[in-house]
Amino acid sequence: MIVDLTQMQPKEAGIVKEIHGGPGFMRKLQSMGVRSEKKIIKVSSHFWRGPQTIEVDNIQIAVGFGMARRILVEVKR
Amino acid sequence: MKIEKILLVGNPNVGKSAIFARLTGAKVIISNYPGTTVGFTQGKIKIGNEYVMVIDVPGTYTLEPTCKAEDVACRMINEGGLIINIVDATNLERNLHLTLQLLERDIPVIIALNMWDDTKHRGIHIDIKKLEEELGVPVVPTCALSGEGIKELIGRLKEAGSKALPVSSDSQKWEKIGRITQEVQKLSHRHHTLLERLEDLSIKPLSGVPIASGLIYCAFWVVRFIGEGMIKYILEPLFMNLWLPIVVKLSNLLGEGNFLHHILIGNFIEGKINFGLSFGLLTTGLYVPIAMVLPYIFSFYLVLGFLEDLGYLPRLAVLADNFMHHLGLHGYAIIPFILGLGCKVPGVLAVRILEEKREKFIAATLLAIGIPCMAQIAMIVGLVGQRGGKYVAIIFLVLLLLLIIKGLVLNKVLKGSSPEILVEIPPYRMPQVQAVVKKLWMRLSGFLKEALPLVLLGVLFVNILYTLKIIDFFAYLFTPVLTGLWGLPKEAISALVVGFLRKDVAVGMLGPLNLATKQLVVGSTVLALYFPCIATYIVLIRELGVKDTLKSISIMIVAALLIGTLLNLIL
Repeated sequence: MIVDLTQMQPKEAGIVKEIHGGPGFMRKLQSMGVRSEKKIIKVSSHFWRGPQTIEVDNIQIAVGFGMARRILVEVKR
Repeated sequence: MKIEKILLVGNPNVGKSAIFARLTGAKVIISNYPGTTVGFTQGKIKIGNEYVMVIDVPGTYTLEPTCKAEDVACRMINEGGLIINIVDATNLERNLHLTLQLLERDIPVIIALNMWDDTKHRGIHIDIKKLEEELGVPVVPTCALSGEGIKELIGRLKEAGSKALPVSSDSQKWEKIGRITQEVQKLSHRHHTLLERLEDLSIKPLSGVPIASGLIYCAFWVVRFIGEGMIKYILEPLFMNLWLPIVVKLSNLLGEGNFLHHILIGNFIEGKINFGLSFGLLTTGLYVPIAMVLPYIFSFYLVLGFLEDLGYLPRLAVLADNFMHHLGLHGYAIIPFILGLGCKVPGVLAVRILEEKREKFIAATLLAIGIPCMAQIAMIVGLVGQRGGKYVAIIFLVLLLLLIIKGLVLNKVLKGSSPEILVEIPPYRMPQVQAVVKKLWMRLSGFLKEALPLVLLGVLFVNILYTLKIIDFFAYLFTPVLTGLWGLPKEAISALVVGFLRKDVAVGMLGPLNLATKQLVVGSTVLALYFPCIATYIVLIRELGVKDTLKSISIMIVAALLIGTLLNLIL
C-alpha cells in the first residue's frame, strides 16, 4: 500500500513512489538520494508534527513534516 | 599542462575542508555539519616550483543551484580551473551524481575518493581500477584526517582529464550511476558499531531529548569545571604572584593621583590595587580579558569544537526543530545560537546558513537580544555569582524567557511562515585531536586579537571620559532612565557607555559601584539587552543591512527599557 512518509512506522522500509513539490525541492531531495524507486527506511518521527528522519544509502536525512507529507512511499503491511 | 587554479568540489560533509587543510596547510575551520563553508576559503599549494591557488568551494549537491551556497559554488566552477572532485567513498551512489555533472563540463577533473578508511568497517568494497575505467578520469583513494593518499593526489593532478560528456537528463544519470555502482561496489554484512547505535539513539525523540539534555548539562559542567580550574590554579596565581609586584612597583614610581597613574593603574580600592575594580589599563584592562574571560572562552570552544567534529549539532537541530518553529525558525537556527554563546560575531555570521530573509532577521535579532556571549557570561558569573547563584539564574532565565517571547511575537507579526528543515545528519566521527586543537587555537587567537584591544580601548576611553567630566554630562542626561526606571545610580552610565565597545568590561564596571544585589541583577540584564557590542553591530549591518539592523536594535532598546523597569519593580 501507498502511504506518505509521516505515516511510516519506525524501522519500516519502503520504496519511494512519488514526490510532489517544486523543482527546487525535488532536485534537492534527489541529490540527497531520495528519488523514485529508492529504498528508504524510516528512522524516527518527532512529536507534534516534528521532522521525520529516514535512512537512505547509509545516510540519515531529516525532512520537515510538511515536506514528508509530499513524499509517497510503498510499504508492505 | 599548466594548472591555473584548483577548485575543491563536492557534496557537503565529504571532508572538503579537511582535504583543503591537507593540501595548503592553511588554517581553516573543519566541521562536521553541512554548510559551514558558505563564502569560501582559499589558500596556496606549491606544485613543482610554482604556487597554485586552491579554493575550497562550498559544498553542493548539484550544478543547478537550489540555495545560496550552491549558487556560489556553481559560479566558481563556471570561472574554470582544475577540479578535484571530493567523493565520499561510503556514499558513492549519491556523490557520483555531482561527478557526472562535472564530467559533462569541459573542465579537467580528478577524483579524490575520501573517507576511504571508513569503507572498511562499513563493509564497503570499491574497485578503484574499474571506477577509473568507468569514469575515464583518475580516482585516488584518500583519508583527509590521516593524510593518507594526499601525496598521490597531488602527484596525479596533471593526469586530470576533461571529458565533456554529452549532456544527459537526471534520470539518465541515475540510471548510469546505478549501473556503475553495481559494477564497482560490493557491500558485505557488518556489525553495528557502538557509535552507530548512539547515532540511532540520539535522533529518536524518546531517547534523543534526554541525551541532548544530559549532554548540554555535561557540556556546561565541563566548561565551568575547566574555566574555574584555570582561573583558580593558573591565572589567578599568575596575576597575583608575578604581575602584581610589577604593577605595584610601577604604581610607586608614578605616584598615586596623577593622570598617568589613573590611566595605567587606576584607583586604589581600600588603599590597594584591586585587579577587578581598580580600572587601569594594566590592572583591570588585562585582568578582565585574560584572567576572567579567556579561561571560559577556552573551555567553551574546546567543548564546542568536540561536539562539532563529533557531528552532534545537526542532531540537536532536528530535536529542536519543533520548538524553533514556534519562534519562526527551523531547527537549524540552533547552530547560530550555540555559536553565539561563544561570541555573537560568529553567531551572526552563521545566520547565513538560513535561507530566507525573514528567518535571518528573526535569528539575528533573537541572537543579539537573548544570547549572552561567553565573555559576558563569565563576568556575570564572576560578579553576580558572589551574591548567590540564585541571582545568576534569574538573569539567564529572564534572557531566555525574553528570547522565547520575542520569537513568538516576531513569528506572529512578520509576514510569511517558517520554512522546513531538510538536512543531512552526518554519521558520528570520533573527533581528531589535531583538528580540535587547531580550531581551538584559531578561535582563541581570534579572541585575543580582536577582544583584547577593544577591552583596553574601553578602559582607556572611560578613564578619559571621567577625567574630562564628559561622563558626568551623560549621567545627567540619562538619570531619568537610569535612576527613575531602572533604580540604578547615575554612575552606572559609564558601564552603559563602555557596553557599546565590550560587554564584559561593561559588566565589570558595575563592580566598583557597590550596588545592591537587586541593582546588580537589573544592571547586568540591561547591559545584556540594550545594544549589541560594536563588533556584533558591524556584522549585523553587514548581514542584515542598515534598515533591518536598525529595526533589530530598536527592538533591543525597547526590551531593555521594559525589562529593566519590570525587574526593578518586581525584585
